[in-house]
Amino acid sequence: MTVGKDVSTLFPDVKLVYLYLMNLRAKTQPDKAIMAVNTFVRELRKILIPLIRALAMRTRTCARLRAVCVAKLHDIDPLLVEEQGFLDALKELLADSNPMVLNAVAAITEISDSAQTDTAADMLCWSGQLINKLLTALNECTEWGQVFILDAVANYMPTENNEGAKRVSPRLAHANAAVVLSAVKVIMKLLEMLDPNSDFQEASAPLVTLLSSEPEIQYVALRNINLIVQKRPDILKQELKVFFVKYNDPIYVKLEKLDILIRLTSAANIANVLAELKEYATEVDVDFVRKAVRAHRSLRDQSRVGCRALRQHPAGSHPDQGELRCPRGHRSHQDIFPQVSQQIRVRHWHPVRKLGHPLDEPEARASMIWIIGEYAERIDNADELLESFLEGFADEQTAVQLQLLTSVELVQQALSLATQEADNPDLRDRGYIYWRLLSTDPAAAKQVVLAEKPLISEETDLLEPNLLDELICPHWQPGPPAAFVDGRGGGQVAKATKGLPSRLAAEAGGAAAALLLVVATLAPGTGAPGRPAVSVIPTQESLIGDLLDIDMSGGAATAAAAMAAASASTNQQPVICLARDWTR
Amino acid sequence: FNPYDLIHPGIMSASAIYFLDIKGKVLISRNYRGDVPMSIIEKFMPLLMEREEDGTLQPILPCEEVYFLYIKHSNVYIVATTRKNSNASLVFTFLHKVASIFIEYFKDLEEESIRDNFVIIYELLDEVIDFGFPQTTDTRILQEYITQECHKLEVAPKPPPAVTNQVSWRPDGIKYRKNEVFLDVIENVNLLVSASGNVLQSEINGFINLRTYLSGMPELQLGLNDKVLFESTGRGRNKSVELEDVKFHQCVRLSRFESDRTISFVPPDGEFELMSYRLNTHVKPLIWVESVVERHVHSRVEYMVKAKSQFKRRSTANNVDIIVPVPQDVDSPKFKTTAGSCRYEPETNSVVWSIKSFPGGKEHIMRAHFGLPSVETDELEARPPVSVRFEIPYFTVSGIQVRYLKVFEKSGYQALPWVRYITQNGDYQLRSQ
Repeated sequence: MTVGKDVSTLFPDVKLVYLYLMNLRAKTQPDKAIMAVNTFVRELRKILIPLIRALAMRTRTCARLRAVCVAKLHDIDPLLVEEQGFLDALKELLADSNPMVLNAVAAITEISDSAQTDTAADMLCWSGQLINKLLTALNECTEWGQVFILDAVANYMPTENNEGAKRVSPRLAHANAAVVLSAVKVIMKLLEMLDPNSDFQEASAPLVTLLSSEPEIQYVALRNINLIVQKRPDILKQELKVFFVKYNDPIYVKLEKLDILIRLTSAANIANVLAELKEYATEVDVDFVRKAVRAHRSLRDQSRVGCRALRQHPAGSHPDQGELRCPRGHRSHQDIFPQVSQQIRVRHWHPVRKLGHPLDEPEARASMIWIIGEYAERIDNADELLESFLEGFADEQTAVQLQLLTSVELVQQALSLATQEADNPDLRDRGYIYWRLLSTDPAAAKQVVLAEKPLISEETDLLEPNLLDELICPHWQPGPPAAFVDGRGGGQVAKATKGLPSRLAAEAGGAAAALLLVVATLAPGTGAPGRPAVSVIPTQESLIGDLLDIDMSGGAATAAAAMAAASASTNQQPVICLARDWTR
Repeated sequence: FNPYDLIHPGIMSASAIYFLDIKGKVLISRNYRGDVPMSIIEKFMPLLMEREEDGTLQPILPCEEVYFLYIKHSNVYIVATTRKNSNASLVFTFLHKVASIFIEYFKDLEEESIRDNFVIIYELLDEVIDFGFPQTTDTRILQEYITQECHKLEVAPKPPPAVTNQVSWRPDGIKYRKNEVFLDVIENVNLLVSASGNVLQSEINGFINLRTYLSGMPELQLGLNDKVLFESTGRGRNKSVELEDVKFHQCVRLSRFESDRTISFVPPDGEFELMSYRLNTHVKPLIWVESVVERHVHSRVEYMVKAKSQFKRRSTANNVDIIVPVPQDVDSPKFKTTAGSCRYEPETNSVVWSIKSFPGGKEHIMRAHFGLPSVETDELEARPPVSVRFEIPYFTVSGIQVRYLKVFEKSGYQALPWVRYITQNGDYQLRSQ
């Protein structure tokens, strides 16, 4: 293929023409043949325009080629296409009843996304008549064509279309999963517009059947179901068991199913769900187990049924022995502990002996200390344990030190260690904060530190309603892949949007943030008597006071407010999210 | 990532498709839209491995501004790259369809089959997708003009009429000396039993497969004992089956089914899956397995497994395999059974108890004895469930019946329909204590 020759004789077949075009575009070396390409394209235009015009003579075999050709040309040179009136040709194609016209639909959708001229964009407006025509064509298209039609219809829904749902619902019986999902999307959108209170039960069965497909399709279906369940929880409420995790499901399917299980939990089925979650705690995959255990804990907290069930477990033996042996599982351990301890008093707990070497991991030690601090009232030998940890304070890693700081009753001792001898600035800061808090307003300190932790983990964060709406209609099809990846369940998407007030509080300065992060109880006043009172605190004139003057008082107030606000509403994720960061 | 991208996504599918070997090296690829640099595929395998290690593996992997959507078949990865927000379910169903086309052409989809058939694969990849839109994916049609013997230049310049017909799945002019139709009604039973012996889930995935050897363009109509149909036609008292969710091959006229539950279609030639259905069932699990494990740490572990066939005595289950998971480090297996034989499979850490013929209403016991190592490992042991494989011919759990299969062709021939039923295991799992 040399430049400058008359190429028209070389490509009698239109198909080959655009094939070549595409390959050329894909493989072109910029430094090498850019001029050649330009020349070639110019030459090609001269050929193509009459060719395509000639194709306007209706030849059935070329119909689909024509459509695709226009789309490709548009991709290369949008203005050419729009100027030369090819878009008219495309619209003409749509009027053709040939099912191959499908490609015209796809082409038009793509072109309208990137339309350069206003006339082009207008010309591609959809009318109710066109939509009806497309829906009629559904019967005669291949499965792929049906997906395109349904997607196009979902994107460009006109305002009134009462017939739409009826015409589309037979598609729910198609063998191709993509057709089913696109049909569900269209019907959901219609329902939103026309009948927000309808229950759309007919979508339930097809969605469940999708879970018998290949794992990747299960995954996409589950992501969609997750969104649907948030929007319309009643649709799948009878189908809880379908989301029970199977041993051989791939990890991404397991995590999604777990998420949906949690969302579908209600008073009626919570006993089943709890039993099922307990089974999951013995699986091998740590992330999955952790999520299941946390879910178990948070659900159980909301149900008295769960509490009764748990009381049956004797103190010191945890329902999930497997958990204990896994060092990383220690983190989850701290979540599971509450469910035991709330009912039971642990007489004399020997974590070190019981758990053996897992305590070598600093993370595990940190968790252990957190547990001790949190439930100091319920562990009789808490003070001994903590003291033993404190002895090695200087040697401990930062995380452990942080934990100790927050847990320990020996406030003064720990604080002085932290503020004067520690190297880590975080540690020092936190020491100062507590000191300052306690000195200015012990009552506020108590309120902040002892505040009720809000329930629920980030596992079941709900999407902000507006975003959820947008995700579902007009177009929530598997969501963008990015949503999958950035945060399960779109959690990160929610974070990205504005309007989450607690987040702002978190951003208001590091010191305030540190306060927000307080989870453990200091519990001055509970526990052993005879400890030095916390009144031995540096005065305002000291260096510490100056350091903390910056935004402490404001911080304390906002923190207290944030905690109060957070505990007032369940299902708010940010506070716990931050707390978890801290306990890492 | 801008959440508002969600509102106006494109409906395009793949920018490019690659076939990779198990190490991530490209075997063959096809660029469809030219909007993504082909070299991006070099990032796929490192990304996959990284995700696997993190435990965050997903079928959709983002990489800069591109997404990898992939499936794996034996030792081949099929990867599609997309730039815009494409319809992920479309891409995945399409990738699976491409895999099945290749399997039909080459008997199996493996690295070997790709290396041996580059030319024909290029032709196929050319035909099945155009500028990112899936086109013809029906193997029969493709085989009309892309065959093993054809070289590219000899391919007919015009696509065959079937591509442009309304009936895109059946070519004209088929002729058979003897016109016959074979129906296979296959029910796969999915069972999930909890560790405490409760049935958590019990459902049937049914399939009706057809093999048609019919001339011309016949119209077929299938009659089942469908509950909805019976009730609407006044036969509500007869034995019928309530199909909860039915899916049809694209040849079936869906709107007719929706209006009056008639299943009418022009079938593709040869073998195809006409429909699938799903229903929950409350009958007793067909094969019930109970196991008792006695573990004596540092010395031995003993299993006592009881299997019961809970279906009518007239029927018999064939090729029953009961797969019992055992710990990783066992040795010296010893077995005793009242029927069938056992073998220890160390590669899957399981014992397979095989019973060739298991009539209904019977019970069998197997005992297994293993030695355990004297040093205990500290690793967390997985606890896979017990799973069962079986097939029960001439038997359905649901009671579905093919009442008739009518064949109309303008030349007026009579076609003989044959039906057979079989029930087999689907995902059949009983969780271990």
